Amino acid sequence: MSDNITVSQSELIALVNQLVDQKVNARLADVEASLQAIQGTVGTLSENCPEDRATLVVFSGEMDTLFAAFTIAVGAASMGMEVSMFFTFWGLTALRKDKTFSGKTVGEQMVAMMLPNGPHAVPTSRMNMAGMGPLFFKYLMAQRNIESLPNMIALAKELGIKMVACEMSMGVMGVTRAELLDDIDYGGVATYLGDAAKSKITLFV
Amino acid sequence: MSNVDLDCKGLNCPMPIVKISRAMKELQTGVTLTVTASDPSFKADVEAWVRKMNQKLLSFNDVDGVQTAIIEKVS
Repeated sequence: MSDNITVSQSELIALVNQLVDQKVNARLADVEASLQAIQGTVGTLSENCPEDRATLVVFSGEMDTLFAAFTIAVGAASMGMEVSMFFTFWGLTALRKDKTFSGKTVGEQMVAMMLPNGPHAVPTSRMNMAGMGPLFFKYLMAQRNIESLPNMIALAKELGIKMVACEMSMGVMGVTRAELLDDIDYGGVATYLGDAAKSKITLFV
Repeated sequence: MSNVDLDCKGLNCPMPIVKISRAMKELQTGVTLTVTASDPSFKADVEAWVRKMNQKLLSFNDVDGVQTAIIEKVS
Protein backbone atom coordinates (compact mmCIF):
# COMPACT_ATOMS: atom_id res chain seq x y z
CA MET A 1 0.00 0.00 0.00
CA SER A 2 2.97 2.23 0.34
CA ASP A 3 4.03 1.54 -3.22
CA ASN A 4 1.11 3.07 -5.08
CA ILE A 5 3.29 6.11 -6.02
CA THR A 6 6.55 5.32 -7.73
CA VAL A 7 9.03 8.05 -8.43
CA SER A 8 12.27 7.65 -10.30
CA GLN A 9 15.42 9.07 -8.77
CA SER A 10 15.79 11.77 -11.40
CA GLU A 11 12.17 12.88 -10.89
CA LEU A 12 12.81 13.04 -7.16
CA ILE A 13 15.86 15.22 -7.66
CA ALA A 14 13.93 17.52 -9.97
CA LEU A 15 11.12 17.78 -7.43
CA VAL A 16 13.47 18.56 -4.58
CA ASN A 17 15.26 21.19 -6.67
CA GLN A 18 11.98 22.78 -7.57
CA LEU A 19 10.91 22.93 -3.92
CA VAL A 20 14.25 24.38 -2.87
CA ASP A 21 14.05 27.01 -5.62
CA GLN A 22 10.56 27.98 -4.52
CA LYS A 23 11.60 28.39 -0.88
CA VAL A 24 14.80 30.26 -1.70
CA ASN A 25 13.01 32.62 -4.09
CA ALA A 26 10.36 33.37 -1.48
CA ARG A 27 13.04 34.19 1.11
CA LEU A 28 15.03 36.26 -1.39
CA ALA A 29 11.95 38.29 -2.23
CA ASP A 30 11.58 39.12 1.48
CA VAL A 31 15.24 40.09 1.78
CA GLU A 32 15.06 42.21 -1.36
CA ALA A 33 11.96 43.99 -0.10
CA SER A 34 13.58 44.85 3.24
CA LEU A 35 16.79 45.89 1.49
CA GLN A 36 14.79 48.30 -0.65
CA ALA A 37 13.07 49.69 2.44
CA ILE A 38 16.46 50.22 4.11
CA GLN A 39 17.89 51.91 1.00
CA GLY A 40 14.90 54.26 1.00
CA THR A 41 15.41 55.15 4.66
CA VAL A 42 19.15 55.71 4.20
CA GLY A 43 18.40 57.94 1.21
CA THR A 44 15.93 60.03 3.21
CA LEU A 45 18.35 60.26 6.14
CA SER A 46 21.30 61.41 4.07
CA GLU A 47 19.02 63.88 2.29
CA ASN A 48 18.13 65.45 5.66
CA CYS A 49 21.50 65.08 7.33
CA PRO A 50 23.34 68.36 7.92
CA GLU A 51 26.51 68.80 5.91
CA ASP A 52 29.69 70.62 6.87
CA ARG A 53 28.09 73.94 6.08
CA ALA A 54 27.38 77.26 7.81
CA THR A 55 24.67 79.69 6.81
CA LEU A 56 24.34 83.28 8.01
CA VAL A 57 21.51 85.74 7.65
CA VAL A 58 22.97 89.24 7.63
CA PHE A 59 20.14 91.57 8.57
CA SER A 60 21.97 94.42 10.26
CA GLY A 61 24.18 96.90 8.49
CA GLU A 62 26.58 98.38 11.01
CA MET A 63 30.35 98.20 11.02
CA ASP A 64 30.56 96.09 14.18
CA THR A 65 27.73 93.67 13.38
CA LEU A 66 28.93 93.19 9.80
CA PHE A 67 32.46 92.69 11.05
CA ALA A 68 31.25 89.93 13.40
CA ALA A 69 29.29 88.26 10.58
CA PHE A 70 32.25 88.31 8.18
CA THR A 71 34.72 87.13 10.84
CA ILE A 72 32.56 84.07 11.53
CA ALA A 73 32.01 83.43 7.83
CA VAL A 74 35.71 83.71 6.97
CA GLY A 75 36.62 81.56 10.00
CA ALA A 76 34.11 78.86 9.00
CA ALA A 77 35.45 78.83 5.43
CA SER A 78 38.97 78.44 6.85
CA MET A 79 37.78 75.47 8.89
CA GLY A 80 36.76 73.69 5.71
CA MET A 81 33.08 74.57 5.80
CA GLU A 82 30.96 75.61 2.86
CA VAL A 83 29.54 79.02 3.80
CA SER A 84 26.50 80.94 2.53
CA MET A 85 25.55 84.45 3.61
CA PHE A 86 22.09 85.89 2.97
CA PHE A 87 21.87 89.66 2.95
CA THR A 88 18.57 91.24 3.72
CA PHE A 89 17.38 94.78 4.58
CA TRP A 90 20.20 96.77 6.25
CA GLY A 91 22.63 93.96 5.58
CA LEU A 92 22.47 94.72 1.84
CA THR A 93 24.80 97.65 2.52
CA ALA A 94 27.66 95.16 2.83
CA LEU A 95 27.24 94.28 -0.86
CA ARG A 96 26.74 97.81 -2.10
CA LYS A 97 29.36 99.14 -4.48
CA ASP A 98 27.43 102.05 -5.93
CA LYS A 99 24.46 104.28 -5.36
CA THR A 100 22.14 105.44 -8.12
CA PHE A 101 19.15 107.76 -8.09
CA SER A 102 18.05 107.75 -11.71
CA GLY A 103 15.10 105.58 -12.62
CA LYS A 104 13.92 105.35 -9.01
CA THR A 105 10.68 106.53 -7.43
CA VAL A 106 10.80 109.43 -4.98
CA GLY A 107 10.47 106.99 -2.07
CA GLU A 108 13.33 104.84 -3.36
CA GLN A 109 15.47 107.93 -3.91
CA MET A 110 14.85 108.95 -0.29
CA VAL A 111 15.90 105.52 0.97
CA ALA A 112 18.98 105.61 -1.28
CA MET A 113 19.87 109.02 0.12
CA MET A 114 19.63 107.82 3.73
CA LEU A 115 21.45 104.51 3.31
CA PRO A 116 25.25 104.36 3.63
CA ASN A 117 27.16 104.27 0.33
CA GLY A 118 28.73 100.94 1.10
CA PRO A 119 30.62 98.92 3.72
CA HIS A 120 33.30 101.62 3.98
CA ALA A 121 30.68 104.15 5.13
CA VAL A 122 28.58 102.22 7.65
CA PRO A 123 27.83 103.53 11.13
CA THR A 124 28.56 101.64 14.35
CA SER A 125 25.64 100.10 16.29
CA ARG A 126 26.74 101.87 19.50
CA MET A 127 28.77 105.02 20.05
CA ASN A 128 28.14 106.20 16.50
CA MET A 129 28.29 109.85 17.70
CA ALA A 130 27.07 111.31 14.40
CA GLY A 131 29.71 109.49 12.40
CA MET A 132 32.65 110.03 14.76
CA GLY A 133 32.33 106.48 16.16
CA PRO A 134 33.24 104.67 12.94
CA LEU A 135 36.27 106.92 12.41
CA PHE A 136 37.39 106.25 15.96
CA PHE A 137 36.92 102.49 15.61
CA LYS A 138 38.68 102.42 12.24
CA TYR A 139 41.60 104.17 13.89
CA LEU A 140 41.63 101.70 16.82
CA MET A 141 41.39 98.72 14.48
CA ALA A 142 44.17 99.98 12.23
CA GLN A 143 46.33 100.54 15.29
CA ARG A 144 45.85 96.91 16.31
CA ASN A 145 46.42 95.70 12.74
CA ILE A 146 42.86 94.35 12.44
CA GLU A 147 41.49 93.89 8.94
CA SER A 148 39.04 96.55 7.75
CA LEU A 149 35.45 95.58 6.91
CA PRO A 150 35.94 96.05 3.13
CA ASN A 151 39.02 93.79 3.32
CA MET A 152 37.04 91.12 5.18
CA ILE A 153 34.33 91.24 2.51
CA ALA A 154 36.95 90.89 -0.24
CA LEU A 155 38.50 87.97 1.68
CA ALA A 156 35.09 86.29 2.01
CA LYS A 157 34.66 86.51 -1.78
CA GLU A 158 38.16 85.18 -2.34
CA LEU A 159 37.46 82.18 -0.08
CA GLY A 160 34.45 81.30 -2.21
CA ILE A 161 31.77 82.21 0.31
CA LYS A 162 28.39 82.26 -1.38
CA MET A 163 26.70 85.64 -1.02
CA VAL A 164 23.02 85.94 -1.73
CA ALA A 165 21.10 89.21 -1.84
CA CYS A 166 17.44 89.05 -0.81
CA GLU A 167 15.37 90.22 -3.78
CA MET A 168 12.38 91.11 -1.62
CA SER A 169 14.26 93.59 0.56
CA MET A 170 16.03 94.95 -2.52
CA GLY A 171 12.58 95.66 -3.92
CA VAL A 172 11.40 97.38 -0.75
CA MET A 173 14.49 99.55 -0.53
CA GLY A 174 14.73 100.18 -4.26
CA VAL A 175 18.20 98.66 -4.45
CA THR A 176 19.09 97.51 -7.96
CA ARG A 177 21.47 94.74 -9.01
CA ALA A 178 23.70 97.35 -10.65
CA GLU A 179 24.33 98.90 -7.21
CA LEU A 180 25.55 95.64 -5.68
CA LEU A 181 28.79 93.70 -6.11
CA ASP A 182 29.25 91.63 -9.26
CA ASP A 183 29.07 87.81 -9.18
CA ILE A 184 26.77 87.50 -6.21
CA ASP A 185 23.63 85.36 -6.12
CA TYR A 186 20.05 86.50 -5.73
CA GLY A 187 17.29 84.66 -3.96
CA GLY A 188 14.47 84.55 -1.49
CA VAL A 189 13.61 82.90 1.79
CA ALA A 190 13.49 79.42 0.24
CA THR A 191 17.07 79.86 -0.98
CA TYR A 192 18.14 80.60 2.59
CA LEU A 193 16.05 77.81 4.13
CA GLY A 194 17.27 75.30 1.57
CA ASP A 195 20.87 76.03 2.56
CA ALA A 196 20.11 76.40 6.29
CA ALA A 197 18.37 73.02 6.40
CA LYS A 198 21.62 71.42 5.22
CA SER A 199 23.85 73.40 7.60
CA LYS A 200 25.24 72.49 10.99
CA ILE A 201 25.41 76.16 11.90
CA THR A 202 23.00 78.90 11.04
CA LEU A 203 23.14 82.40 12.49
CA PHE A 204 21.12 85.58 12.30
CA VAL A 205 23.25 88.69 12.60
CA MET B 1 60.45 65.31 7.55
CA SER B 2 60.23 68.57 5.61
CA ASN B 3 58.80 71.72 7.12
CA VAL B 4 57.30 75.00 5.96
CA ASP B 5 57.34 78.15 8.13
CA LEU B 6 54.42 80.55 8.43
CA ASP B 7 54.72 83.89 10.17
CA CYS B 8 51.42 85.14 11.62
CA LYS B 9 52.92 87.53 14.17
CA GLY B 10 50.95 90.77 14.42
CA LEU B 11 47.87 89.22 12.82
CA ASN B 12 44.55 89.10 14.63
CA CYS B 13 41.64 86.68 14.64
CA PRO B 14 40.60 85.24 12.18
CA MET B 15 43.68 85.84 10.02
CA PRO B 16 46.00 83.21 11.55
CA ILE B 17 43.57 80.37 10.80
CA VAL B 18 42.87 81.81 7.33
CA LYS B 19 46.61 81.69 6.62
CA ILE B 20 47.05 78.24 8.19
CA SER B 21 44.18 76.89 6.15
CA ARG B 22 45.69 78.26 2.93
CA ALA B 23 49.20 77.07 3.75
CA MET B 24 48.06 73.56 4.71
CA LYS B 25 46.23 73.16 1.39
CA GLU B 26 49.55 73.50 -0.41
CA LEU B 27 51.34 70.89 1.71
CA GLN B 28 51.84 67.21 1.01
CA THR B 29 50.85 64.68 3.69
CA GLY B 30 53.60 64.24 6.27
CA VAL B 31 54.97 67.77 5.90
CA THR B 32 54.89 70.03 8.96
CA LEU B 33 53.88 73.68 9.20
CA THR B 34 55.57 75.78 11.87
CA VAL B 35 53.38 78.77 12.70
CA THR B 36 54.47 81.70 14.84
CA ALA B 37 51.78 84.05 16.13
CA SER B 38 51.09 86.74 18.70
CA ASP B 39 47.27 86.73 18.64
CA PRO B 40 46.08 86.08 22.23
CA SER B 41 43.43 83.62 21.01
CA PHE B 42 45.93 81.71 18.88
CA LYS B 43 46.33 78.68 21.18
CA ALA B 44 42.60 78.03 21.50
CA ASP B 45 42.05 78.71 17.81
CA VAL B 46 44.84 76.54 16.46
CA GLU B 47 43.77 73.67 18.72
CA ALA B 48 40.18 73.97 17.51
CA TRP B 49 41.32 74.22 13.90
CA VAL B 50 43.46 71.10 14.13
CA ARG B 51 40.63 69.13 15.78
CA LYS B 52 38.07 70.22 13.19
CA MET B 53 40.35 69.62 10.21
CA ASN B 54 41.67 66.25 11.49
CA GLN B 55 45.29 67.39 11.46
CA LYS B 56 47.91 66.83 14.14
CA LEU B 57 49.33 69.43 16.54
CA LEU B 58 52.84 68.14 17.26
CA SER B 59 53.83 70.89 19.68
CA PHE B 60 52.83 74.27 21.04
CA ASN B 61 54.91 76.66 23.04
CA ASP B 62 54.71 80.23 24.18
CA VAL B 63 57.84 82.26 24.85
CA ASP B 64 56.97 85.76 26.10
CA GLY B 65 53.85 85.99 23.94
CA VAL B 66 55.46 84.63 20.78
CA GLN B 67 53.60 81.39 20.26
CA THR B 68 54.85 78.59 18.05
CA ALA B 69 52.68 75.74 16.86
CA ILE B 70 53.90 72.83 14.79
CA ILE B 71 51.16 71.18 12.80
CA GLU B 72 51.61 67.99 10.80
CA LYS B 73 49.49 67.45 7.73
CA VAL B 74 48.08 63.98 8.25
CA SER B 75 45.16 64.06 5.84
